[in-house]
Amino acid sequence: MRYLPKSDAERQSMLREIGSSSIDDLFSSIPAEYRLARDLDIPRQMGESEIVDFFKKAAAQNANGYVSFLGAGAYRHYRPVVIDALVQRGEFLTSYTPYQPEITQGTLQAIFEFQTMICELTGMDIANASMYDGSTGAAEAVMMAVRVTGRSGALVAKTVHPEYREVLATYAQHQNIDKQVLAYGEDGRVDLKALDAALTDQSACVLVQSPNFFGVVEDIPAIAEIAHKKGALLIVSIAEAVSLGAVRPPREADIVSMESQSFGVALSYGGPYCGVIAAKEKYLRQMPGRLAGQTVDKDGTRGFVLTLSTREQHIRREKATSNICTNQALVALMATIFMSVYGKEGIRELALHNLAKAQYASQVLSQNGAKLLFAGTPRFHEFVLLTDEPTDTINTRLLDDKIIGGLSLQRFYPELGNASLWCATELTTREQIDQTAKLLAGSHSTQPTLVHA
Amino acid sequence: MATTPETTEQGSTFTGNRQKVAAHLTQNEPLLFEKSSPGKRGYRLPPLDVPEADAAKLLGDAARTEAPELPELSEIEIIRHFTRLSTWNYAIDLGMYPLGSCTMKYNPRVNEFVSRLEGIAEAHPYQPESLSQGALQVLHTLEKALIEITGMDTITLQPAAGAHGEFTGILLTRAYHESKGNPRRKVLIPDSAHGTNPATAAVCGYQVENLRSNQHGMVDIDQLAKQVDDQTAALMLTNPSTIGVFEAEIHKIADVLHSKGALLYMDGANMNALCGKTRPGDFGVDVMHLNLHKTFSTPHGGGGPGSGPVACKKILEPFLPTPVVRENADGTLRLDYDRPHSVGRVRMFYGNFGMFVRALAYILANGPDGLRQTTEDAVLNANYIRKKLEGYYELPYKTPSMHEVVFSDKKQQARGIKTGDIAKRLIDYGFHPYTVSFPLIVPGALMIEPTESESKEELDLFIDAMQQIAREVEENPLLVLQAPHATRVKRMDETAAARKPILRWKGAPSREPLTVDTAAKEW
Repeated sequence: MRYLPKSDAERQSMLREIGSSSIDDLFSSIPAEYRLARDLDIPRQMGESEIVDFFKKAAAQNANGYVSFLGAGAYRHYRPVVIDALVQRGEFLTSYTPYQPEITQGTLQAIFEFQTMICELTGMDIANASMYDGSTGAAEAVMMAVRVTGRSGALVAKTVHPEYREVLATYAQHQNIDKQVLAYGEDGRVDLKALDAALTDQSACVLVQSPNFFGVVEDIPAIAEIAHKKGALLIVSIAEAVSLGAVRPPREADIVSMESQSFGVALSYGGPYCGVIAAKEKYLRQMPGRLAGQTVDKDGTRGFVLTLSTREQHIRREKATSNICTNQALVALMATIFMSVYGKEGIRELALHNLAKAQYASQVLSQNGAKLLFAGTPRFHEFVLLTDEPTDTINTRLLDDKIIGGLSLQRFYPELGNASLWCATELTTREQIDQTAKLLAGSHSTQPTLVHA
Repeated sequence: MATTPETTEQGSTFTGNRQKVAAHLTQNEPLLFEKSSPGKRGYRLPPLDVPEADAAKLLGDAARTEAPELPELSEIEIIRHFTRLSTWNYAIDLGMYPLGSCTMKYNPRVNEFVSRLEGIAEAHPYQPESLSQGALQVLHTLEKALIEITGMDTITLQPAAGAHGEFTGILLTRAYHESKGNPRRKVLIPDSAHGTNPATAAVCGYQVENLRSNQHGMVDIDQLAKQVDDQTAALMLTNPSTIGVFEAEIHKIADVLHSKGALLYMDGANMNALCGKTRPGDFGVDVMHLNLHKTFSTPHGGGGPGSGPVACKKILEPFLPTPVVRENADGTLRLDYDRPHSVGRVRMFYGNFGMFVRALAYILANGPDGLRQTTEDAVLNANYIRKKLEGYYELPYKTPSMHEVVFSDKKQQARGIKTGDIAKRLIDYGFHPYTVSFPLIVPGALMIEPTESESKEELDLFIDAMQQIAREVEENPLLVLQAPHATRVKRMDETAAARKPILRWKGAPSREPLTVDTAAKEW
């Protein structure tokens, strides 16, 4: 086995030094009846070239060379090549959680830089070292708000990513969290009147997403005012981190839970991605997950350490703020490098390109019969089209021309009828949009029959 | 190699022999923000081929008016910044990383290569199933392999890390008991367990009841029988335990639980000691998680991403998270969302897919014979270290070791030296420390897990370093107390970090001096 650095002679000599006659001696504590006396029934040992072939074949059976208008929580952005060059350095790739700060300053300083940039982008005071992803991050943020307020109600906008809401439901089911769904209005945003009516003195938090699942930017200041009036915290979930280059940060929020996949992380069929929780400083002690902090060493030299670990499971055990241990450190590093590549000006320019492409796509694609839903509301780079034909019919037609159309909303929002969610990023070209528009023609709009939640 | 004398501030001399490392200069590097200057760029976008967007017009009040203070740097500066930072890290690629319980084994590069193939890296989670057959095939093949390796009946790959797997496994347990009419109230957890176990049970709405280990550090069957009752949902057991010992009476443990309707949950953090030699499904485990970033070689990356699949017996199958991969009649694969009894979704999409690719590549590279040899080498290495160090460090439990060995600092404490000090001194010898002060049942624990990835030469260097440190404790304890001597920073003030947290860079760079390199003085 090529990964094992020992010859049989060395194995034998080590066994002799231990005083064992055979390797099986070392497994004698396993009762004989449970020892596996056969080979595992798995594929035989392969050479490296065979492994590469195996995965090349698998890769070839996935979409290759398609134009895609899919977004919905996983976004296709250009990934600068320096990211992969740097994260493949063994010192980052094959290092562990930085428990020994003397020999992990590289990881620790990078986390500190990540935390700082996330604060800058989101308008929050503090940010953690990462969460698994946006969906579990949003659930942890709700649990955090429940701890902060001592209340148990969570109002969740229906415009939050449906899979985030499913994850939250799973997390909340044994936490005595009373979850209530908030309807959206004709404009595709949280219905503010419904919000006001639903809030009680037992509401711990309001969870919204902005830009929301329809790509629409929520009215964060208004939502915050209503939530805070009743003493509830506002949690803003951000699924598209690039939006923060053009959309104002949710400064009025108490907690922000963000998915950072857009910052240089491969789509990779849904993961690994990188969640992060940012918050107002006063909620620091209820923050889940790891935090890197600045300090000095015994000679007064600046350095970084993991800090405030008394919140965490390895110290507090069942009283911890979360059971999270391993996070997404290497993916957070990708995001950190991405943010340094684009920087202060670039993040804005990039976001404006996305805005422009989506603006153009939404206009062109809605010219030939498709109707643009929530048309008058500010959007970032996603939009909902309503078509005469079912989305699946249209998408099947598009696939013939190697185009993957928008995501059918049938599964998540059946009340919208033949609606689909489209996304354009800086990688979408005018030519691709124009060609898709031609193929869309023939589909005629119907008036939406909105059935609100 | 020549003996390197070393002088501490107090003037005592080090006469040890560092065979593994020599002094080496590394570059200083400030924070990104301190290097930034306006107008520098590390990117260039192509010309916009559609009309420009007027953010103020399109977004109105929602438009961002002030730019975030992200750094402004050129590409070479970014490359140097992160390359310099990287050189401040220790890594498996540099040498042995014997962190017990964390399983720092070699991360094969072919895993990285195949995970970046275009059809894999660029696969969108919502692309049509007809255009995702390759991805589904990876999921399905890995599932089948892991089911066979664990001896379980079914599996979900969705959990994002080990603790997330525990969460999923206990949710399955709870759903199972609920289906029988009573979720039950408590989960039993041995005092030797990982901290994630009690934290998980609490998140799932269970009371945590501590189970005291016996004098061998193992489950006390009589005590267990006393504590298990009709309100016990499960026992969360790490096997081999955190002291690296196989629970020889595992079948009795399972019987005691099953006789009261409770389930046996296995924390599979130490599956690398069992892989190919025995199967949890065969010795009575009902549900368990695996850490793909431990046993199956996916990189730890400085703290993640992980992946924590949960394998279980048939009785728990109806409750698995949505969706699951199923085979169509024509042999193609689909995602099945129609699961009325599911505990729900624990993560969006299908889990950390990129980690599945790497883990499967590792399994294919090993095959049945390679996985078994891997396990045997891991156990051989741990026992070799145990044999060579047991005269130098106290071995609190004499029970046979599997993949890791736990010593205590009892002998060294007599000279005022603790496990944490020995760990810091080990850094001077060119090794990452072992796991310090865990498990909690061993006061002053030194938890050493070499993994199979270490050659005899590397093990001998480590053993030599540990023996030298043991001698230093006797002859020159100050040297150990003041360690490390050769690192960029030494003994960080963690109390200050926690008391007055500085969690982000703020404002203009102070004129504080750059890191002062004191290596020359020490070496």
